[in-house]
Amino acid sequence: MATLEIRDLHVAVEDKEILRGVNLTVQSGKTHAIMGPNGSGKSTLAYAIAGHPKYTITGGQVLLDGVDLLELSVDERARAGLFLAMQYPVEVPGVSVSNFLRSAVTAVRGEAPKLREFAKDLKNGMDALSIDGAFAQRNLNEGFSGGEKKRHEILQMELLKPKIAVLDETDSGLDVDALRVVSEGINRFRASGDTGVLLITHYTRILRYVKPDFVHVFAGGRIVEEGGPELAEKLEAEGYEQYTKASL
Amino acid sequence: MGLNEKPLSTLHEKASYDLGDFEVPTGREEQWRFTPLSRLKGLHNGKAEAAGHVRVDVEAAPEVTVETVGRDDARVGKSFVPSDRVSAQAWTSFEKATVITVPREAVTSEPTVLTLTGSGDGAAYGHIVVKVEPLAEAVLVLDHKGSAVYADNIEFVVGEGASLKVVSVQDWDDDAVHVSHHHAQLAKDATFRSFVVTLGGDLVRLSPNVSYTAPGGDADMSGVYFVDAGQHLEHRLLVDHSQPNCKSNVDYRGALQGEDAHAVWIGDVIIRVEAEGTDTYELNRNLILTDGARADSVPNLEILTGEVAGAGHASASGRLDDEHIFYLQARGIPYDEARRLVIRGFLGQLVEKIEVAEIRERVLGALEAELAR
Repeated sequence: MATLEIRDLHVAVEDKEILRGVNLTVQSGKTHAIMGPNGSGKSTLAYAIAGHPKYTITGGQVLLDGVDLLELSVDERARAGLFLAMQYPVEVPGVSVSNFLRSAVTAVRGEAPKLREFAKDLKNGMDALSIDGAFAQRNLNEGFSGGEKKRHEILQMELLKPKIAVLDETDSGLDVDALRVVSEGINRFRASGDTGVLLITHYTRILRYVKPDFVHVFAGGRIVEEGGPELAEKLEAEGYEQYTKASL
Repeated sequence: MGLNEKPLSTLHEKASYDLGDFEVPTGREEQWRFTPLSRLKGLHNGKAEAAGHVRVDVEAAPEVTVETVGRDDARVGKSFVPSDRVSAQAWTSFEKATVITVPREAVTSEPTVLTLTGSGDGAAYGHIVVKVEPLAEAVLVLDHKGSAVYADNIEFVVGEGASLKVVSVQDWDDDAVHVSHHHAQLAKDATFRSFVVTLGGDLVRLSPNVSYTAPGGDADMSGVYFVDAGQHLEHRLLVDHSQPNCKSNVDYRGALQGEDAHAVWIGDVIIRVEAEGTDTYELNRNLILTDGARADSVPNLEILTGEVAGAGHASASGRLDDEHIFYLQARGIPYDEARRLVIRGFLGQLVEKIEVAEIRERVLGALEAELAR
């Protein structure tokens, strides 16, 4: 049973305050959707939790099972059980997918996986996400299509088995088929055990495939409304306009 | 005939076998301005005492003949004329040359490995001729190690339709000084592949040159270097396209770390009036890992004909990309290892081009050792 607790989180980028007091608790077994208009600070929340150097924490805490993640380096946070599926995964020339994945799995598990087991896990994971086998030998994210990048993020999540996964607009730029494959991956991951998901999205479309337990509306750098899945339907019908006006 | 018939670049115009034709460089010359002359230990001004020794051991492929010859051998010095003072000094001062011949149509069954081991105080001079006769194919490894103050000229004479692949590793001891000229001369439809790896030595200045005697020649020159604190590693490439329909490709990449780590890369390509249909590209990239390191990168492309198939160059020097490191760290990989992965990726892409598995592994191993420092 894992708990991610975000308490009164304030974050700035180059002296500009983006997050203004975010409070949110995610428990394993639950999926929270964070929805909001562009520029509301959703991605900032994701990257700040993960520890991207561009974001300065100006106040608050982020606790994973009582440990303050903000005190840890980026890699320590990942090894503590946090995962961030990125909206725009970077291309890293000369680093192969298989080499990268093996290094990551070794780091997170604290020991190198047995080669045969790792190869099997990798193959199963790739098959489940309809990723071509040749992909493992390609350079990390280099020349990947948008859909391939997102599927590769989900593959990493399934291999690393985090306690809490933050998915930053994993649905953006996907066609319906790719969205279905990615959603199935997320659902497999959710069903696999004790794990919590923070699903950040602009659109309600993915919520038809990945059913959230809670929906939070983000605007102006904080959560402005919370509810169950029915809140997503309301957003679908009414859009974000009322919130963007309210936050001004 | 217009004014632009001759290349403006005059760096390579002066050529002579006579040492006296070259002034002692002062460091203000374009050719010498990046090189710390005081660290050449007299190779440039005639003051180096020839008391050192560089032993040449050859493990030859069975198809290849190896000879040690005197200065008067007719095959020595045919493919080039020295174009700077140290090259002329080496030409003037060497005593014995190593001549390697790959007979016509022979395809060597294994690489020929020349190990050059330096010892003793004082300078040494060398000369090597590699003659690949028409339609022959060979792989050659030059492995430099030990301690030396060494200047040499190496001639790669690649015959019609022949192919030569050379890997030259400069992994000298920390105090070594090495000034070397590689002269590749390509006959009709000849193929030349050069891979340079420079890791060790106080000062290494390596000048790979390519010239063509007939159309259809194809030269590909790659290099990786890893510069540590205090080292000066300089690579000066010159491709002189004087024949139509030849190709050249240059890709050199280096990583630098530590105080006064200095890399210099000069990439000169001349496409002469008569060299129509030339296809050339040159690239240099530097990854600067710490403060205090410096990379000078100067591509020069001089095109004297309008009829080229392709001509381009690029140079980029930068630091490690924070986003790369963040991505790897976000997957649990510790900073130091993330950094190693990115650097190894940056240089490794080139190393993967080395076709001889044993050499490729050795180069990767040497890079790993550098990264672990």
